[in-house]
Amino acid sequence: MHIPDGFLSTPVWVGMWLITLVIVGYALRKTRGRLSEKHIPLMGVLAAFVFAAQMLNVPVAGGTSGHMLGGVLTASLLGPWSATIVMSSVFVVQALLFQDGGITALGANIFNMGLIGTVFGYYLYVSLSKFIPKIISAGIAAWIAVVLASAFCALELGLSGTVPLKTAMVAMVSIHTLIGLIELGITMGVLGVIMKRRPDLMEIEKV
Amino acid sequence: MKWWHVGLLISLFIGGFLSLFASPLPDGLERVAEDFGFIELEQSVITSPLPDYSLPGIDSPISGSIAGIVGVLLMFGVAWGVANILKGRNEHRK
Repeated sequence: MHIPDGFLSTPVWVGMWLITLVIVGYALRKTRGRLSEKHIPLMGVLAAFVFAAQMLNVPVAGGTSGHMLGGVLTASLLGPWSATIVMSSVFVVQALLFQDGGITALGANIFNMGLIGTVFGYYLYVSLSKFIPKIISAGIAAWIAVVLASAFCALELGLSGTVPLKTAMVAMVSIHTLIGLIELGITMGVLGVIMKRRPDLMEIEKV
Repeated sequence: MKWWHVGLLISLFIGGFLSLFASPLPDGLERVAEDFGFIELEQSVITSPLPDYSLPGIDSPISGSIAGIVGVLLMFGVAWGVANILKGRNEHRK
């Protein structure tokens, strides 16, 4: 779902850059001085894992593939603001070094595929986990974050006049209800392994 | 071996090896862009050193493998570095 340069109109990509900068700026302020010795390797490993997992495109349906995003998984372990830093770094490196996602579109890509998961997805996960087990809450929140990301991507394309809004919305959301299942599966799988082998990592202070 | 060594090794395995078996099919957005005829709007503002997760001019699986490994190590380093800066100097002395 990485948007390349050329798909978004100038007002849309500038607007998305501004929104993203405000949220990432807030995340930097919230994490400054609050990270412990344990957060640092976890942030490194999660950035490395998310980068690798995003290379793994899995065929879904109708000649289409998809990969996980990782925002909810990252935030469920680290907390929303340090996860925001991790996910943003991944999209920056992908855009600069691997030409995956545009430079003008980077604000939109960080927002859609990163911040929706690390912030909205995280608080959804926390709310759900008051009623159902953590691992299921994370899976559901991860799936919803992917579908919501595709809806925002469609909205940005529609507002840019690239494709009619309704067309983009129906097409993007329908295929991502399937692609989101990859997110659900990997998020639950990884958290399952961590809960079993290193439950202490689940208890790191959420920043 | 520390837990994060294990995590990094798993990530290197995924990025450097499993990724070679990733589906080459278009992703959700590329599929929609093809179906509704706006894929040709795609352009590149910059030229990246490892476009599409491969070494330019090397047509071999090794190329994707190296790009994946470089990416994983770089990501680990970048996030570690940023986290270390954010942790602050006072904390660092402890």
